[in-house]
Amino acid sequence: MKLKLSLFGITKEIVGSSELELTAPDTQSVAGLMEQLRTEYPKLRELTSCAVAVNSEYAADEYQLHERDEIALIPPVSGG
Amino acid sequence: MLIELTDQPIDVAATIAAVEAEGAGAVNAFIGTVRNQSTGRPVVRLHYEAYDAMALHQMRLVAEQAQEKWPMLQKIAVVHRKGTLEIGHVAVVIAVSTPHRAESFTACQFIIDTIKKVVPIWKKEEFEDGQVWVAAHP
Repeated sequence: MKLKLSLFGITKEIVGSSELELTAPDTQSVAGLMEQLRTEYPKLRELTSCAVAVNSEYAADEYQLHERDEIALIPPVSGG
Repeated sequence: MLIELTDQPIDVAATIAAVEAEGAGAVNAFIGTVRNQSTGRPVVRLHYEAYDAMALHQMRLVAEQAQEKWPMLQKIAVVHRKGTLEIGHVAVVIAVSTPHRAESFTACQFIIDTIKKVVPIWKKEEFEDGQVWVAAHP
């Protein structure tokens, strides 16, 4: 399946774009997606953390992604 | 409940006024401003980036959590700035109103502390000689 990701902050710099389209196995979990991304972009491993948000909610590692999900990488937040 | 993310200067007085309530004997506000240094290095300015839809959603969830923890909370306002901010600019304003002062202080602190943990807003510090995304690296 095809997944579309939004990127912010340092993840946008690492990937070099604010959006990323990639092909993932038909059953892909959040943890699996992160592993796929870390293989492609090893610099993601250097972050203190990197969460995944699906449809504006933090998603658990085992969450199974769907093609229409709005997915975003969430590097360590630093608002306030 | 006033929840806002803006690229315009925050009207601090209006944000505080938004939580005034007849049943409230206490209004507590936290005003986060841009300071001129970070871990001893002079900061020139800050750049805030947000995942707008999720940031607003998470800001609202934090305010709702506060409302559940302190049911006596009368009103809550959370306004966060994004974009480029100079030294002294206001980055965030949290205001709450409660019947008595004790809950007002604790609820306000809970909201800002939780926002800093969960709301997808990122800060990039600009120094004389470079830029760093805050908290990204160990």
